[in-house]
Amino acid sequence: MEILVCVKRVPDTAENEFELNSEGNDLDRDDLVYSVNEWDNYAVEEAIQIVDNVGGNVTVVTVGDDESEEVLRREMAMGANNGILLSDDAFGGSDGRGIASILKAEVEKGKYDLILTGAQADEGAGQVGGMLAAMLDMPYASLVNKIDVEDGASTIKVGREIEGGNQEMNEIDLPCVLSIQTGINEPRYVGIRGIRKVAQVEIPVKGASDLGMDPATVGEAAAKTKRVDYFVPDLGEGAEMLEGSTDEIITQLIERIKSKGGLA
Amino acid sequence: MTTIYAYITHRGGVADDVAMEYIKAAAKIDAGASLTAVVTGSGADLDKVADSMTSLYQEVIKVNNEALAYPNAEVVRKALCNILDPSAIILAPHDTFGMDLCPGLSIKMDSAFAADAVDFEGIEGTSLKLVRQELGGAVSTHVTCDISNGAVITIRPGVFAGAEGGSPGGKVVDKSGDAGDLTAKRRFLEIVEAEVGDVDITKSDVLVSIGRGIEEQDNIEIAQELAEAMGAVVSCSRPIVDAKWLEKSRQVGTSGQTVKPKVYMAMGISGSFQHMGGIKGNPYIVAVNKNPKAPIFQVADVGIVEDILEFMPALTEAIKEM
Repeated sequence: MEILVCVKRVPDTAENEFELNSEGNDLDRDDLVYSVNEWDNYAVEEAIQIVDNVGGNVTVVTVGDDESEEVLRREMAMGANNGILLSDDAFGGSDGRGIASILKAEVEKGKYDLILTGAQADEGAGQVGGMLAAMLDMPYASLVNKIDVEDGASTIKVGREIEGGNQEMNEIDLPCVLSIQTGINEPRYVGIRGIRKVAQVEIPVKGASDLGMDPATVGEAAAKTKRVDYFVPDLGEGAEMLEGSTDEIITQLIERIKSKGGLA
Repeated sequence: MTTIYAYITHRGGVADDVAMEYIKAAAKIDAGASLTAVVTGSGADLDKVADSMTSLYQEVIKVNNEALAYPNAEVVRKALCNILDPSAIILAPHDTFGMDLCPGLSIKMDSAFAADAVDFEGIEGTSLKLVRQELGGAVSTHVTCDISNGAVITIRPGVFAGAEGGSPGGKVVDKSGDAGDLTAKRRFLEIVEAEVGDVDITKSDVLVSIGRGIEEQDNIEIAQELAEAMGAVVSCSRPIVDAKWLEKSRQVGTSGQTVKPKVYMAMGISGSFQHMGGIKGNPYIVAVNKNPKAPIFQVADVGIVEDILEFMPALTEAIKEM
C-alpha cells in the first residue's frame, strides 16, 4: 500500500508561552520552539504500522520553507521511506484551500492508496484533509482513531471519534483521505541517532512550476480567508489569582474549597 | 440581502443546543439576514425535529431520505450541494460532525471556509470579520472571510448560547425531492459505545483532574493522594488518555465524559475548549498551572501559578493536618 502523510511544522504548544510582539499584531516569534504537529506523529506512526503489516511505502510531504525539512527528517527517522518538501515564495500566505490545492498537485504526481493528515494543527481548523479529499473526489473521514486494513481489499474499515467517547465505524473505499486523531497508537520515540541516519537522504524540493501550478491560484492573493492579527482577548476578570508563599496560598485555597463544598 | 442557512444537528428526534445558538451567531453576522434552518434525516425523528424548529426559524428546509438516517457527512454534503444556494453562508457546529462535513462542503460549493468561530464582527462589503483561536486557545485572531461566493463556517458550540426567542410561526419546506443521488464511497456501519471504566467520574462532587503538567505516569500517584485526602476522584484531560496512563472513562471533555462536580481541581491542564466542554453545572474551578498564560486561568474561579508536582503534595499534607 502506498501511503502519503501530510505533516506540518508548528510552534510547540507544550514548549512555548505565547506572547504578542511589540506592535501587538503578531506572535513574538523570535524564540519560539517549533516541532512536528502532534497529530501528524500519530498519522505517520499509523502509516508505518500499516506498511509493516501489508507492505508498501510511506511518503511524508509538507508545504513550508527550508526549515520544514527538519520535520520531514524526523518523520523519516520514525520510518517513513521518502520525504517531499513543497516550497515556493508563491505559497506564502495560503489559506487552507491554498494548502490543499498545493498538496493535490503533488498527490496527482504519484499513485497513493491512502492519504493521511493530522486531525488538526496549530490553527485548529482541521480543514486541509477534508478539502484535499473533496478536490480529489476521494472519500474522507475525520478524527480517525482506528484503521483496519486487509491486504488486497478495495475498502478499509475506519473508526471515528465522536462525542461522549463513542466510536463511529465506517467502511470506506480506497483511495481515500483520513485525518488522524491522537491516541490511535503510541508514536515511536525518535532519538538523535535515528535522525543522524537519515540526515544525508535527499529530499526533493518542488515549487509551483514543478507542480504545474499557476502561482496566482495560491498564496495570500488567492486566499479567501485571511488572518488579520493576533490578540489576547479581554475575557473579563478571569480567575482570582492567589499569591504569596505556598503555605499562604494553600490556606486561602482550602478556605475557598471548603466554602464551595469541596472539603468536609 | 445575506442568506444564512443553519444546519441543525439532532439525535433521537431532538435538535442539539446549537440550533438555538445559530440565532445569536446569525444576528452577529448580519442582523438583517434571512435565516433558514436545514434539517436532514429520515422518518418520524426528522419530522419531530423539523416541526420543533418552526418555533425558532421562519423557514425550515426538511430533507427526508433513508440514506440520511445516520448523518454520514459525505451523504449530507451531496444533499446540501443539490439543495442550497452556494452563494449563501452555511453554518454548522464545530464538532465531530461539522469537522467531518464542512471543509469538503466548502470546496464543493466553491465558497470560503472558516472553522471554529467564537465571535463575529459583521460584514463590510463582501468581507465577513470573525474571531477564532489558535494554538490551543493561547491566542485569538481576527479573520476576514471573502463571502462574495458564499461561505461555510463552523461555530464553536456553547459560545453563542443565551439567545432569546428566535422567530416563531415558521413553516416547513420539504425539499426531499431535490436531494439527488445520495450514494457514497463511505458507508456507516455502527456506533461502538464507550467502555465503562472502574470509576464513574460523572458521579463525583469533587474531581482532581490532571493534564500534561503531570509529566510522567509515576506522578499520577501524587494526584491520587490528593484525591484521597479530599474524598475526590481522579479524572484527566486528553493527553493522559492518549499516553495510556489512565483509562478513557476518566477523560473529561467533549470526546470523553461530561461531569457536573461541585469543585473541579484542574491540575496542569491548559484548558482547551474541548476539555472545558465536558464540564457542566458551573462548578468552582481551581486551576494550578506553572504557565501564567495558560488559557485555563481565563475560565477558572481561582488560579495558582505553581508546579503541580510540588503544589499537590503540599496541599495534600495541609488537608491531612486539618
